[in-house]
Amino acid sequence: MVISEPDGSTVSAPKQPSLDQVWAWLDEIEDPEIPVISIVDLGIVRGVRCLNDAEGSEWVVTITPTYSGCPATHVIARSVIERLAQHGLTRVRLETRIAPPWTTDWMSEEGKRKLRNYGIAPPVGLAAQQSISLVDIGRGARPASVAVPAGLQCPQCGSGEVSLTSQFGSTPCKALYRCNSCLEPFDYFKCH
Amino acid sequence: MLDDKFDYLLRLGDNALVLSQRLTEWVGKGPALEEDMALANTALDLIGQARLWLGYAGEVEGMGRTEDQLAFLRDAHQFRNLLIVERPNGGYADTLMRQYLFDSWHLLLLEQLTRASDERIAAIAEKAKKEVTYHLRRSADLVVRLGDGNQESHRRMQAALDELWVYTGEMFEVDSVDEILESHGIAGSVSGLRSPWLAQVGRTLAAATLNMPPADAWMQKGGKQGRHGEHLGFLLAEMQFLQRAYPGLQW
Repeated sequence: MVISEPDGSTVSAPKQPSLDQVWAWLDEIEDPEIPVISIVDLGIVRGVRCLNDAEGSEWVVTITPTYSGCPATHVIARSVIERLAQHGLTRVRLETRIAPPWTTDWMSEEGKRKLRNYGIAPPVGLAAQQSISLVDIGRGARPASVAVPAGLQCPQCGSGEVSLTSQFGSTPCKALYRCNSCLEPFDYFKCH
Repeated sequence: MLDDKFDYLLRLGDNALVLSQRLTEWVGKGPALEEDMALANTALDLIGQARLWLGYAGEVEGMGRTEDQLAFLRDAHQFRNLLIVERPNGGYADTLMRQYLFDSWHLLLLEQLTRASDERIAAIAEKAKKEVTYHLRRSADLVVRLGDGNQESHRRMQAALDELWVYTGEMFEVDSVDEILESHGIAGSVSGLRSPWLAQVGRTLAAATLNMPPADAWMQKGGKQGRHGEHLGFLLAEMQFLQRAYPGLQW
């Protein structure tokens, strides 16, 4: 594509990036609260599309909030605009989609590996398969599965001997556990 | 119909907003660090839910009001929350019991709303339901542990339950707004939640060795229609201070 300048000369317009390229740029954006994992790994970016009209291309990025009150959502939205602007995409529109609701089931395997290396135990199991009856504490004794999801391992030493310290942690997406083997405390990214 | 839907969305949003504000009063003063974090996290979820409901309410009303304007520029009689959520925090037992009684109802309501014909309501309910499931897991767990704890914790939890019980009837009260939304398939029957709620709460309280007050006791009501107790005004005075003193102020 060639653009005419007012003085009659012509310059080449920047080449339109591919969809894969834009995804790759978005994959460079870190989560503001867990800076080792990208917003693509986390499943926050739900879609990217390019709309062409008379004025050129408009990029529409669809994102979904993790928890409805998570303050990081605003930072993430701003980062997307800024990052794409650095690559010359100035017409960017963000769409927020809440259905289907965000789930850790969308987290990539790569994302889980990065979390573990960072010292955060990644979510265990699939939220879609979690039974709501876990909530029904009144039926009798509290099920152990409420406190420790089966298969949860200490990200430091890999031991499965862990116990719950607090159901809520430093961010809405995490809970606090401790390892009974190496005695280290650690964050668990809740299955949600 | 639109007025009724607006009112209905205010009820959903105001419940979350007012309870969230109450919970944040504990921040920095929780009985343990973990409890402080739990209260703050629960409050944060509720704020997020309030924004979704009130944002939609503003769109339905069509007067250009944003969720912030609805939160900060309405007076007490224009709030549509249940009376139970505006109750003062009291001691920790009172706060936890209030949370449990509300969470257990809230989850049943949201489950029902995930089947609403209005797609936006169903989507917000689906999102909120996941968070409230977690809230209930914690509050039910603590009600059992403290009710079935030692003599003092048992006494406090029973006293909190007896005090708050009178505010639970309103959760199942049906008025013309509920009837109109139900007839359009937007909301389900809130009165239909009563027996599953009583059954579930009965099981939890039994496990907690607490005595459930009679289901047919006299019940307080009025919050859904904007008739509030004396406590809401003080809560709003604090929550709305900045926008009242400096109208339009932004971060």
